[in-house]
Formats: sequence, C-alpha cells, structure tokens
Amino acid sequence: MVENNKLSAKRVDLFYGDFQALHDVSLNMEKNKVTALIGPSGCGKSTFIRCLNRMNDVIEGVTIHGDILYDGKNIRTDFDVIELRKQIGMVFQKPNPFPMTVFENVAYGPKIHGIKDKTRLDEIVETSLRDAALWDEVKDRLHKPALGISGGQQQRLCIARVLAVNPEVVLMDEPTSALDPISTSRIEDLIDVLKRDYTIVIVTHNMQQAGRISDKTAFFYQGVIVEDGPTEKIFFNPENPQTEAYITGKFG
Amino acid sequence: MKNDTPSHERFIELMLFLFACVSIISVIGITFFIFEEGLPLFVHVNFFEFLLSSDWSPTADNPSFGILAFIIGSIFVTTISLIIAVPIGIATGVFMSEYANPKWSSIVRKGIELLAGIPSVIYGLFGFFFIAPIIRTLTSSDTGLGVLTASIILGIMVLPTIINTTEVSLRAVPRELKEGSLALGATYWQTIIRTLIPAARSGIIAGIVLGIGRSIGETMAVLMVAGNSPIMPKGLLSNTRTLTMNIVTDLKYAEVGSLHETSLFTTGIVLFIFILFINLLVHYFMKKSLERTQGK
Repeated sequence: MVENNKLSAKRVDLFYGDFQALHDVSLNMEKNKVTALIGPSGCGKSTFIRCLNRMNDVIEGVTIHGDILYDGKNIRTDFDVIELRKQIGMVFQKPNPFPMTVFENVAYGPKIHGIKDKTRLDEIVETSLRDAALWDEVKDRLHKPALGISGGQQQRLCIARVLAVNPEVVLMDEPTSALDPISTSRIEDLIDVLKRDYTIVIVTHNMQQAGRISDKTAFFYQGVIVEDGPTEKIFFNPENPQTEAYITGKFG
Repeated sequence: MKNDTPSHERFIELMLFLFACVSIISVIGITFFIFEEGLPLFVHVNFFEFLLSSDWSPTADNPSFGILAFIIGSIFVTTISLIIAVPIGIATGVFMSEYANPKWSSIVRKGIELLAGIPSVIYGLFGFFFIAPIIRTLTSSDTGLGVLTASIILGIMVLPTIINTTEVSLRAVPRELKEGSLALGATYWQTIIRTLIPAARSGIIAGIVLGIGRSIGETMAVLMVAGNSPIMPKGLLSNTRTLTMNIVTDLKYAEVGSLHETSLFTTGIVLFIFILFINLLVHYFMKKSLERTQGK
C-alpha cells in the first residue's frame, strides 16, 4: 500500500500568524485515485490542498510544520518549488483564464518551461484541449480571447492549461462551485477519465459530488481530519459521529 | 426628482448642479476663446504654411509664421522624456505593487507624492543648476541646456503619474491570475512579465498617455532648461522651443492686436488639439482597462 501513495502529509500544522488553521493533519493520497476533501467552510480543506503544491508560500505570515512527501520525497527540501508545481498542477475555484487567447492560455505553461517550437506547441495545445474535453468546442476559436468562452468552458480550459505542463498530480480546489449543473457534470465526467493518468485531489463543498467522483474521502472539521478512508465507508458507515452528522446534513 | 421632494431639497440639488456646471462652462469658454482669438490667423497666413514651415519670424518686415519647429520640439522633448520615464516608472510601479513590503512601499509612495507636488519652477531651477552643469561636463554642449536636459526634467515630472497608474493597475489584477500562473510553475518574474503586466496593460498605457499630456503641456520647467531657440532641433543637445514655450516667450513682446499675438493663440489651438487627442486616448485605455480587470 505504502508505495502507492503519490502524496502523503505527515503531521502537518499550519499557522496564519498566530492562528492555527491545520492541526496535526496526516493523509495519504493514492496514485491514480481521486481523493476528496470535504468539510464545512473554514475547516481547512482549501488550506490543506494549497500546502500540496506550496501555494501557501505566496501568502505572508504562513508557517508550516510537519512533512509532505511526494513520491517519497519531501516537497520542501527535495524539490525546487518551480519543479514541484510543474508536477503538481492546480485548478482553482473560480475559472481564472489569463486575459489572452485560448491557445495562449494552454501554451503558457509549456512556453515558460522552455518549449518554443511552434509545431510542438500546436501539438501540446491540441492534446491538452482534447484531454480536457474542450477541443471540439474551441478548435475554431483558438485565437479568440479566452474570456469570451463560457464559465464551464473556461474551467475546462484551466484544466487543459494544467495538463499542458504534463503534471502527475492535479489538485482541484472546489473546481465546480462557480459553475452551473451541466458544466459541473461535464467536469465530473472529465475527472473520472483523468484519474487513469493522473492522481487527483479535490476539495468540494458538494457532498454528492464527493460521493460520485472520489475513491477516498477525508472529512475536515476545524482544521483537523476527523475521519478519512474509502468514500463508501465514509458515506455509508462512518465511524465518527461528527462525520455522520455532516454527511447526513445535520451541520455544515 | 419625484414630485413629493421637499422644495429645499430641490433647491440644494439645483445649487449643486449649478456648481457642477462651472467646470463645463470653463472648458467651453476657454475653447471658444482660443479658437475665436486664434483662427483669424488663417485669413492672412496659409494653414499648411503655419503647420509645415519652420520659419518663425513674426516681427520681420515680411513676417513668417511657421510653427513646425515647435511642434517637433514638443514631440521630441516629450518622446525622450517618456523613453526615460516609462522604464523607470513601470519598474517602480512593479516594485511597489509586487515586491516592496508595506513599510517600503509607503516610504516610496510618500516620496512620489512629494515629487508630484513640487512646483514646476523648482524643477526648472533643479534642471538649470544641477542637470545642465552635468550635461555640460559630460557632453560637447556649451550651455547644458536643450532637448536632453528638458527631457530629463520632464521625465522626472511625469514619473509619479506613470508609477501610480502602474501600481494601481497591477494591484487591480485579480489574485487568481497571479496564482494561476505560479501554480503552473512560473517564477514570480515570469508571472509579472507574462501575466500581470499584460493584464494591467491598458491601465499602464493610460498612465503613459496621461504622462504624455503632462509632458507636452508643461511650460515653466522646459522654458528654463530647453534653451528656447526658435529653430528645428537637430539632436539631443540642440536648443529647442516647444509650443508652450513659444506662447510664453512671444507673448512678452507681441504687439497687442497684431497678427503675431493672434498666432500665439493659434499655437494654443494646436496644443489644445494635441491635449484633446491625448485625453481621448486616456479615456479609451481607461475604459479598456476597466473592462479587462472586470473580466468582460
């Protein structure tokens, strides 16, 4: 089992200044599986997912204790942050395409990582857009502004943009919370396909979504992982009464 | 303006409206005034000759009113001043918005506010007694006055405008864009160059155009350091006269009611049209910038 862990957090504490947002969080995220992080607002799930690609480095006053291992190596000491983020991509809550064309959005990552060859870039853009199930919808408007496509398409564009860098892990921080139900279901279908090639960690507010798409679920509450395990077990046979209360909608 | 509004409320509204009209009336008044005073020149002087000749001898027996040298002077000085100010201004704006900690950026901001508040005559003094001697020492220039010195002074004068708009536009870029770029493994610098500045582009350009307006309209400081010869500037060290300088300089000895005096208003019209055009550009880029940051 252990060698199947793509990412594992070991006793992570995180502080925003004096405020402790994560308490002793340990979690294993398996290769080619979808791990869902659930819990009420402010429970620390987004904070935690941002630890995995060191996005919290950007925020001032954050201190982190404990280790996070990626392929058995410490993400803080064994990786350059640039290299780490190349391998662990991230999709955000609100679709955040750059104010440039669809093509340039997808080519952004490869370009900054040194790919200049035009045919190679064309290839990467097409493959990434196909993998993100967006190609057919945008192939005729590749050179139009990305802000002109719909919100759901923008979010798939952001997924394509991440795939273009060829990561191994894709982190998704509430990727469908700003989308309508149809766009949401398209992204859920996509996640199901993507997990064949990628390890996925997804934060979600939406309990049904976690149930539908994830293999493993971790329930966060007040900065602590109350319970984690196979999704079915968390949903149908939780050990902790708090988990059960949240799952059944008694709070949150 | 419902009917049940109490009459004193209506009175206050009316008063405020009248006060608000003061600036509009002033603009219309000034415009009308300079056109009324300046346009009659073309009864006596050919329109194209005025704009395209560089022979300015308004008091000669056979007077000639060509302001091309001053148009070129204004454009030349403004261009060089921007070549100096734009890189420094954008770099400072980037530093303040992206790198400086709050303490540093507040210190720099106070400095910039002071810089913006210094009267232009002081800039002129500074140019005359500090920059000009340096230019004189470093170059073949005899006086140290001319295009380059004027441009340096103007460059410093427009810095605050460019810095402020750059900083404000960069800060207006949504955090999500910055994070999106960083999360793809871009370095902070790559993110600034490839995402933040392009996203803030319209605002930054608006600031630059605003700077052009300030530069082209500046009078006192350039008057003190540009050398003020009514000739076509030939290079960076050449003396020059700008449109604004021409009005001030010649107003002192133009006979009242003469064609010479009229021609100064006509020079004003040209300056006015430049500024009008620049304002339209600023407006356009501001609008575009707003649309961009709001994701439209």
